[in-house]
Amino acid sequence: MCWDDGYTGGPSCLRVSLFITCYNDTLFPATGQAVVHLIERLGHTVDFPLEQTCCGQMHYNTGYQQEATPLMRRFVEIFRDAEAVCIPSSSCVAMIRDHYPKMAAEAGDPGLERAVDELLPRVYELTELLVHRFGLEDVGAYFPHRVTYHASCHSQRSLHLGNLPLRLLRKVRGIDLVELPNIDRCCGFGGTFAIKMGDISAAMLADKMKDVENTGAEVVTAVDTSCLMHIFGGLHRARAGVRMAHIAEILAPTESDVGEGAWA
Amino acid sequence: MTIRVGETEHAQSFQKAALPLLEDAQLRKNVRHATDVIQRKRGIVVGETPDWQELRTAGSAIKAHTLRYLDQYLLQFEQACTAAGGQVHWASDADDANRIIVGLVQQYSGSEVIKIKTMTSEEIGLNEALEQAGIRAHETDLAEVIVQLGGDKSSHIVAPAVHKNRSQVRQIFRERMNLPDLSDDPEELTAAARHYLREKFLRVKIGISGANFLVAETGSVSIVESEGNGRMCLTLPDVLISIAGIEKIIPRFEDLEVFLQLLPRSATGECMNPYNSLWTGVRAGDGPQHFHVVLLDNGRTGILADAESRQTLQCIRCGACLNTCPVYRQTGGHAYGSSYSGPIGAIVTPQLLQMRQAQSLPFASTLCGACYEVCPVKINIPEVLIHLRGRVVREQKSALDPEALAMKTAAAIFTSRRRFEAAQRLGRVAQWPMVSHGWMRNLPGMLGNWTRVRDLRALPKQTFRAWWKARAKTDLTRGPSTPLRAARNLAQDYDPNA
Repeated sequence: MCWDDGYTGGPSCLRVSLFITCYNDTLFPATGQAVVHLIERLGHTVDFPLEQTCCGQMHYNTGYQQEATPLMRRFVEIFRDAEAVCIPSSSCVAMIRDHYPKMAAEAGDPGLERAVDELLPRVYELTELLVHRFGLEDVGAYFPHRVTYHASCHSQRSLHLGNLPLRLLRKVRGIDLVELPNIDRCCGFGGTFAIKMGDISAAMLADKMKDVENTGAEVVTAVDTSCLMHIFGGLHRARAGVRMAHIAEILAPTESDVGEGAWA
Repeated sequence: MTIRVGETEHAQSFQKAALPLLEDAQLRKNVRHATDVIQRKRGIVVGETPDWQELRTAGSAIKAHTLRYLDQYLLQFEQACTAAGGQVHWASDADDANRIIVGLVQQYSGSEVIKIKTMTSEEIGLNEALEQAGIRAHETDLAEVIVQLGGDKSSHIVAPAVHKNRSQVRQIFRERMNLPDLSDDPEELTAAARHYLREKFLRVKIGISGANFLVAETGSVSIVESEGNGRMCLTLPDVLISIAGIEKIIPRFEDLEVFLQLLPRSATGECMNPYNSLWTGVRAGDGPQHFHVVLLDNGRTGILADAESRQTLQCIRCGACLNTCPVYRQTGGHAYGSSYSGPIGAIVTPQLLQMRQAQSLPFASTLCGACYEVCPVKINIPEVLIHLRGRVVREQKSALDPEALAMKTAAAIFTSRRRFEAAQRLGRVAQWPMVSHGWMRNLPGMLGNWTRVRDLRALPKQTFRAWWKARAKTDLTRGPSTPLRAARNLAQDYDPNA
């Protein structure tokens, strides 16, 4: 159902195809629920193609590029007709934008290469969708908590989101947004790096946790649940009393949600 | 051919070599402090350069062009250098280069040499080769002096003693220079070093240098430095031997305009290096009267042959990627087991060694991209790291390797919705022995590396897709949902602790 609520400045209802990402689907459904809620609240419809699985990032980045190629084909096949694809994970968007064109070229399939080229302009990270496609910074959200924002590596150095997520967060009612020192320094996750190089990853995590805790924030947020899983995994082990929320979980709730859900 | 990079063949994997370094609080403090200071300075001078991005683009383009026509530019350099009175030697590998240099020192009846600014000599193990031939090598770059006297290894490609603070330097100087009363006052320390070095500058007749740039057009060699010790080494001896990797070439004299802006800003956060030395052949009665250049391959042509990672050879050894790297920041350079550390070392070392050694290095990165962002010649280090990871997996990993098996299984799961959903259900069931109060704190196998310092939330009761399917059913019975209804539904369904 579409309606014009004044935010979008016109009846520009979009059918947004959601690529939730494999780890959000499996481990963090709340992120996906918040994305659906937010997009629908802003007057657009959400479509979730059930055939979707994984973009192939883990395989590609760990050196299993051959295994990643069929996953690229799947993604392109499933989303090729989408009006807009929304992905609430900058590292998966980076995988698609930075590597799919090269992978398609290497696959020696001109049809696939063309399909990737045509699809890429319609692939949005969530905050890109909100600001660049919907033209919004104020999404009418209410989140009365002290929050600090971690600028994940891919969001900064691959997608070049800059302060896009912060612009959205600053418009949230009730929020007490505190700046994270060393905001764009890697938290040490790095996918399989956290497993293969566990000790070095732990040292990097310790730095990030120190920065988060020094802000006095109750909530640490980012545009990637994967980084948050890492940062929060450490904070939870340390019983630090800081929780995580994907940016969608901050942008989704409104004042009418107070007392109705876990956000309030 | 014996391609060698320092003592890499004896080095441990990165993750093992990192362990004692992570324990060394003093070293980590020194590395953090030094890299923070250099990064801050770099940020300021780069910020003051309005055409910085254009300079990067130009630097990258010049280097890419040079590599494309490297054979021609090398011959042009040889011709120009020879015409100016220099002599060019071609070394295919480390042993070859060492043989040439030892031979030259013996030819000029030398028993000692003074050295400046040559990482390449560390790469080929020159000091050890000289020692075996009974020739003493004295490092003269202050940081190299600290490393040499301390029996230590370089830990940074621009600041080799970055892991030492001044009280540690005092300790080394006290013992090795026999100065029991030396304080840790920086002026006193530099005065001691100056006294130690001056005597060598005046006495030793053979100098060995590296090179920052070789100019094909003129046959000139350039070195930039901060102390002036290089200038001494380059001008006082009778004989000067410069060793350079073949990738150090640039086509024209005027190309220095670009690189002499990029390099000091990236390396030390200065607009200009205090000492920029540039020399061409020999000049009668002025400076060294015998000048030799050793052009070193030692695996570089192998890198040149790989179109995907050729950009590695664009490196001008500024060290900016080390200073910004969150991994290097934790360990310093020793964990890389090579004369080349940090992100650039992680791609240079294993490639020089034809991917037969140092295979852990391409994995010593989170692919955070900070290195690419600062690289003055735009080497896409994360892209090369991924490419090299692929080579390690394809060329080195057995199909029965547990990681390879896990990855292939995961790929099989991800290529089918049915298998993916089954795996989600299976995970939910299989996790129960490890779950306590909704969390996993002690996972088996490789995943145990995660739970050693991090908790992992248990798989929730409902995956996102299960929620979506259930919601679609509800919506059908309710009719078209309104945004507010959707919000309420969500608020009810939403349980972060589920």
